[in-house]
Amino acid sequence: MDLIIFMILVGVGFATGTIIERKHFQSIRLRERRHLNLVTTSTKITDPEKNISDAILVSGSVVVSVDYFKRVLAALINITGGRVAPYETLLDRGRREAILRMKESAHAWGAHSIVNMRVQTSTIGNQNGKNSLGMVEVIAYGTAVK
Amino acid sequence: MIITNIDSVPGKTITEHFGLVSGNTIRAKHIGRDIMAGFKNIFGGELKGYTELLEESRQEALSRMIAQAQSVGANAVINVRFSTSAIAQGAAELYAYGTAVKVS
Repeated sequence: MDLIIFMILVGVGFATGTIIERKHFQSIRLRERRHLNLVTTSTKITDPEKNISDAILVSGSVVVSVDYFKRVLAALINITGGRVAPYETLLDRGRREAILRMKESAHAWGAHSIVNMRVQTSTIGNQNGKNSLGMVEVIAYGTAVK
Repeated sequence: MIITNIDSVPGKTITEHFGLVSGNTIRAKHIGRDIMAGFKNIFGGELKGYTELLEESRQEALSRMIAQAQSVGANAVINVRFSTSAIAQGAAELYAYGTAVKVS
């Protein structure tokens, strides 16, 4: 009985997780193209040619989680070692989404660039309690200038 | 109150320095949200409830930091940093800190 539930969870996780991830990546790519003209750097130097009149702290955050299938897959990879590809895509998604949200709020404020951008990742609430990754929170923040 | 995470406020000069100010908050969502998040862990994807929770908490931490800066007489906080840590299942601490200064 336990095995049946496990198989169902893996199956459902695989099906929904793949669809959700593909849709998410599509929307990320689309929005990234829209915000290409917003200069974002991780240095503290502002463009000397532009006259800066105002500055504000902008941030964006997201909490993402892996599906059941990927969690099982990652646990298997943990035995053999090597690249944990299922988690790589999760963190990639999270970072890009957080950066996009930061850019969207900067755009709404009328910024022409963002300086000193910082990205920070932290794990919150581990559902399984043990080694597996629970939920990941990504915060991106920086100073928007105009 | 001007908040930046760079060493200065563009277009203004720092005239006075008040030292470090900080604000923190620990928040948790009600059990319903936690159960929903548990389900979401099967399907994967964004956990909107928790994103919202942390967004609110960060605003709270920031406003506490700003209140502290105001009480010492600053009008700007520079070099602001955020930090998140999980305290317990479904509860997270958000901490914001920076340097309070007076600019003109």
